[in-house]
Parts: sequence; structure tokens; C-alpha cells
Amino acid sequence: MPASAAEVVGSRSPGAQPAALTLSGVACTFVSKDAPGQRYTAVENVDLHIGAGEFVSVVGPTGCGKSTLLNMAAGLLAPSAGSVAVFGEPLTALNRRAGYMFQTESLMPWRTALANVSAGLEFRGTPLKEATALAQEWLARVGLAGFGDRYPHQMSGGMRKRASLAQTLVLDPDIILMDEPFSALDIQTRQLMENEVLQLWQAKRKAVLFITHDLDEAIAMSDRVVVMSAGPASYPMGEFVIDIPRPRDVAEIKSTPRFRELHAGIWDVLRGEVLKGYQQQLQKVA
Amino acid sequence: MWQMIKPRAATMRAWQLGLLVLLFLFWDAMTRPGFIPPFMFDNDRQAAFFFGQPLAIFERIWAWFVTDADIYRHLTVTLMETAMAFAIGACSGLAGGLWLALSPTASALLEPYIKAFNAMPRIVLAPIFSVWFGLGMGSKVALGVTLVFFIVFFNVYQGVKEVSPVVLANARMLGASQRQLLRHVYLPSATSWVFSSLHTSVGLAFVGAVVGEYLGSSQGVGYLILQAEGTFDINTVMAGILVLTAFALALDGLVGRIEKRLMKWQPKVGEVEKL
Repeated sequence: MPASAAEVVGSRSPGAQPAALTLSGVACTFVSKDAPGQRYTAVENVDLHIGAGEFVSVVGPTGCGKSTLLNMAAGLLAPSAGSVAVFGEPLTALNRRAGYMFQTESLMPWRTALANVSAGLEFRGTPLKEATALAQEWLARVGLAGFGDRYPHQMSGGMRKRASLAQTLVLDPDIILMDEPFSALDIQTRQLMENEVLQLWQAKRKAVLFITHDLDEAIAMSDRVVVMSAGPASYPMGEFVIDIPRPRDVAEIKSTPRFRELHAGIWDVLRGEVLKGYQQQLQKVA
Repeated sequence: MWQMIKPRAATMRAWQLGLLVLLFLFWDAMTRPGFIPPFMFDNDRQAAFFFGQPLAIFERIWAWFVTDADIYRHLTVTLMETAMAFAIGACSGLAGGLWLALSPTASALLEPYIKAFNAMPRIVLAPIFSVWFGLGMGSKVALGVTLVFFIVFFNVYQGVKEVSPVVLANARMLGASQRQLLRHVYLPSATSWVFSSLHTSVGLAFVGAVVGEYLGSSQGVGYLILQAEGTFDINTVMAGILVLTAFALALDGLVGRIEKRLMKWQPKVGEVEKL
């Protein structure tokens, strides 16, 4: 019953307007610099599209190339094969319409929280006064109103993540890329941040590509969950539409029957891959 | 009683000063003619001849700074040479380090030359600089620059290479152009490395100036020492050394101040988050 409840969607269903982000036939192979014979294909045959205003999560076992996928969407990494398109236009350089929230510390340590948030605006030529005002507004929105003059090392991990969030969102990007943004946070802070992100997203309705290894988080936040196979050469194995009505509260939603149904259905697919990935890592060590 | 005055953070300065006084007292006792019977030298005046006498040294320093007031000209020259050597060496080191770190081709091409110049004992260049730039300040500054440049250069090079790739990628995603990356990411990151080497490089700029003067000049503290050595005036030599040491310490303190000011974004060891 649970498996059939989770509806597996066809490969793509493009609407009238071009999708915010389209990956078609994308592959990425890394070549070792020291030994050119050694290559590692992280992802292969990836077809993925994210509609405008859609919240899509990608889950998969560790080392399945989720971050690689995101870097290609951001234009930080050029795909070895296939193509990436942003609102119908092929992506050749950095993705200017995307904001990227990194997994690890990405704030500039020599800038205060406020200067970090306004950095993107400054880079884009916004007058300093205007940029600072806007940054101040966003700091308040993520709950850091009084902390603008703090340097990153003076803030807690959660505060730094909030600052990162403000830094990304103050630019009002059309596509938001998030790479396990909350994986380093404790569970309470994490739920708070997840709800905050959902609220902000609800208000603006931007396209979101959200990478996580946490299935609960993926289901609670997304419109659609994509499951990646175990690496190397991983590919999207299945897509699940999350039809839980919004607005959602990530803590409450987890006890609803629909959530558990979806969770069981996706976990059925994911479990095998997680085990496979784990087995491969064991073999590598041996 | 001992509990009150034993060495701890509050009384440390007093203890440090006390040790200094003790050192001078010991020095004075060992070199005062007739105070203790000579055990190493033939007669009791020789210890004073070889090691100088603290009281005579302080007299000399007093004369330099107060009664004759003739050291200021020399000190100004030495400090100017130090400042210029440091400024030129640090700026060119910063520029060179940034350039080579950001241009792989240039760095690959120049790598053996950089290594060779760094391995070379650059003090031996001093006579050549004297020929090129004359006996004035130019040759001392040049020597100081060669010493400072490589310290700063290698630190900047390292600093740029070790910019966190995530911070870099983040700045790029935020829309930074190549120039903005240089200004807002590479430069601040490199400066922190420059500052970590600043204590060494200021010291070396000073060394360059004094050694340059010592090898041939007409003014500067190094010149004073050289002159005194020519007449076996150990007291003046020692006085010169003490003055140089005091100024080296003062320079180091100044650098520490500036560093504290500019590097306030860096976490300090043991700093607790203030809420």
C-alpha cells in the first residue's frame, strides 16, 4: 500500500513557460590531476527540471553526486556531457539568476554579518546606502536584527547559517540552490530554520533545488522529491510528488498519516541505494 | 608574604623589570675594577674593557639623548631606512605574491628563480648595493627590501592559495567580478597572512638598515657602532646595541597594535562568545 500511494511521476512534464532549471542528459566525470587514467564519474544521464516557483529536493546516499549536481546547476562546474538550461537559455558561465547556499561556512570572515549580507548587492553595483538598508532589513527577517556588527567567528553556527540565508536571499534570485544547508545544525535550530525557509519561500515562490540526505526534511519541505541512485554514475531513480497541503509546519507534519505513507514509499526505493552505497564504501576501505 | 608577590599575571611586569635590574647589577659587579678579584683576566681592568660597564653605557646613552643630543640624526636615518625598506618590500611582496598566486603560468615560469633568490644569502648583496646606490640611504633600503620582500611574498602566495574554496565560490555566486574577487576576497585573506609575518618582516627591515650602515655609511646607528668599534670603545658599542634593541622592541609593539586594530575579524584563542 505505501509504495502505490507514492506516485511515481513521468520523466518530465514541461508547462507552457520554460522551466526555471533544466538538466538534460547531464554527466560529470572527474579526472585525477596526478593520474589522468583515474577517472570518477559522479553522475550520468541526469534529467531534471524544476519549474518556476517549485520546491524540489534531491535525496540520495552519501557520495552519490548530489553536490556535483548543484554545482553544475550553479555553473561552478561544467558538465562533461549534456546541457543545463536556465529559463530556457543554455547555461555557459556562472548562473546569474541563482543564489547558492553552501553546506559549509561560506561567509567572508573579514566582513561583519551586515557587510556579508550586503556584499552581493555591493558586487552588483547597488549604492552602499541602499545595500546596507536592504541588508539590515534581511538580517531582521532572519532574526539577526541586533547582530549586524558581529564577525562570523563571534556568531554561533545557527546564526552564521541565518546570515548565509540572508546573504543569498537579499539578492532575490529566481532560483535558490541549497546544499544540505542545515546539516550542521542541531535538531531544534534546524526545524526553526526549515520553517523560516518555508515561510520565506511561500511569500516569494522562487524555484528551489534543495539537496539533503535527510528524507524527513525533503518530504516536509518539497513539492517533489527526487531520489538519486548510489554512486558512481548515479542518476535519478524516481520522483515523488509530495501532495501535502501548504502552509506546512515541519515539526507537526511528520506525525500526519500522509507524511508517513510518502516516507515509507520513498524509503522503499532509497533503502536499497543507501545499502549499496554503504557496501561500496566498505569495499573501498578493504 | 610570598603569596602576595609571587610571579603571576598581575606582578609579572615587576618581576620582568626586577630580572633586568638584576642582570645589570650582575654585569656591573663582574666588570667593576677591583670589586672582585680577576679570575679570567690578567688585571682587573680587562673585564671592563671587553664587556663594557653598565654605568658608562647609560652615561653614553644619556649623552646621546640629552646632553649632546646628537643621536637623533642617526636614529632618524636608521628608522627612515627601516620604514622605507619595510614599505617598499611589503608592497612589492604583496603585489608579487598576488600576481604569481593568481597566474599559474607566471608562477610556473618564475618558480626556480624565486627559489634561487630566496635561497641566496642576501646579506652578501650589501656591497653590491653600496656600489649601485652609493653610501647613502639607498643601499640600506635596497638591502632591507630584499630581506622583507621574500617574507611577505611567500606569505601572500600561501594566503591566496589557501583562500577557502567555498568562500571563493560563494563570492562568485554573489556576483563578484574578477576585480572584486581580488579586492574583497584575495586581498583580505592575503593581508591576514602578511600580518602574521609582519613581526618578522619589520625586524628584518631593521636588520637590513643596521647591517647596511655597518658595512659602510656616513650616518645611522650602525655607523655609530662601527665608529666606536674602530676605537675599541666597547661602552659605546654596547650603548648602540641597547638603543637598537629598545627601538626594535618599540617597533614590534607598534606592529602588534596595528595588527590588533586591523585583524579584529580574526578569532582569538580563548575568546568566548559575548552575548
